[in-house]
Amino acid sequence: MTGAEGEAQVQAIGSDEDVVRVRQLVRTVAVAAKLSLVDQTKVVTAASELARNTLVYGGGGQAAVSTVDNGQRRGVRVVFSDSGPGIADLDLALTDGYTSGGGLGLGLSGARRLCDEFELDTAVGAGTTIAVVKWAR
Amino acid sequence: MALKAEQSERLGKLLAERAEKIAKRWAEIAAAPLKGRLTVAESGRQTAELQAQLQKALADGAADLRSAQTTELRAVLTELSRGRARQGFTASETATSIFALKAALYDVVDVEKGGESALRDYVAWSLFIDELGLFTFEAFARAREHIITEQTEQLLELSTPVVKLWDGVVAVPLVGTLDSARAQVVMERLLQALVDTGSPYAIIDITGVPAVDTQVAQHVLKTVMAARLMGAECIISGIRPQIAQTIVTLGIEFGDIATKATLADALRHAIRRGAAAARAANREA
Repeated sequence: MTGAEGEAQVQAIGSDEDVVRVRQLVRTVAVAAKLSLVDQTKVVTAASELARNTLVYGGGGQAAVSTVDNGQRRGVRVVFSDSGPGIADLDLALTDGYTSGGGLGLGLSGARRLCDEFELDTAVGAGTTIAVVKWAR
Repeated sequence: MALKAEQSERLGKLLAERAEKIAKRWAEIAAAPLKGRLTVAESGRQTAELQAQLQKALADGAADLRSAQTTELRAVLTELSRGRARQGFTASETATSIFALKAALYDVVDVEKGGESALRDYVAWSLFIDELGLFTFEAFARAREHIITEQTEQLLELSTPVVKLWDGVVAVPLVGTLDSARAQVVMERLLQALVDTGSPYAIIDITGVPAVDTQVAQHVLKTVMAARLMGAECIISGIRPQIAQTIVTLGIEFGDIATKATLADALRHAIRRGAAAARAANREA
């Protein structure tokens, strides 16, 4: 459980520029949650990967960014959702180096490693929702 | 909303008969919300031109804005919108100039004396003017988009210089977001600079790139591979501690590509490699 949640700021993802906006929004929230520079960079990079996945594979969607607090630590929570085709083989999609597009095949698996919590909810034809949390140390 | 033939004719007649009064009122009302950023005289010139074209279109029997008789009117409207967009007016401020004609017309139409038919005319004309206003909205939006595209292209040109750092060493300092379009420009520029200067070393400096994700990495790797095919050695510099940790966690591998923390380190590396290669060549000779 992620604990108390602050107000979520929502950014639609419909173009490459929106991926940049998501990145900027996540960075602003991460700075406000007092994440270290390394953790800021990690969560921003993870958000960049997932936002691009939402755009390229999910056909666009949205990102909701909020601060979370579990009583001991503060953190950033980002929820990406799209109503695209969903992921048919999750294990394969999370394999390093596998890509159904033209990328390096590290985005999804790398984003999972960059964050502290990673929840993925998908069904074929029903879209994909990914929630990630990065805690301040 | 198409105007009926007689409505269009009556509006044309009204515009002709009361031309002076309408022109004066229109110019005043249109200039008011612009708060001195456009003088009454300037705004008046624009509205007068519109009035003339409108009158002409109506005299030719124009029923709506899609008809062929309104080609010139549309051109004037587009020109006005484009000008306003460039001068930094908002879309509402631009469209308000057109809607001001309604208020000006209202002053010269005596709805109370004319009764129902005058009111019906006025409503029909209003709808026609709405159409003109919406047209300026669209023209305004198009003009703005055009300006944005132009600026994006200019920025693309600006933000990717290839600099010669040393004899045989060129560098590209990357700043900001490296999307596919910019990556393409960077690659072209770098490869061309390698040929033009005959440099065997190229440094790609990513100090100014805030987040290095897999897309950025992929673009950089492709550029390095392309430079290698041309016989040049690439060094990636500007890898800060947080970027290094992120790249490792993400799982990106730069393989045998030389990477350095700072541009100075990269330059030193390139010069040393160059000197070593020159010595080796001398010994052979």
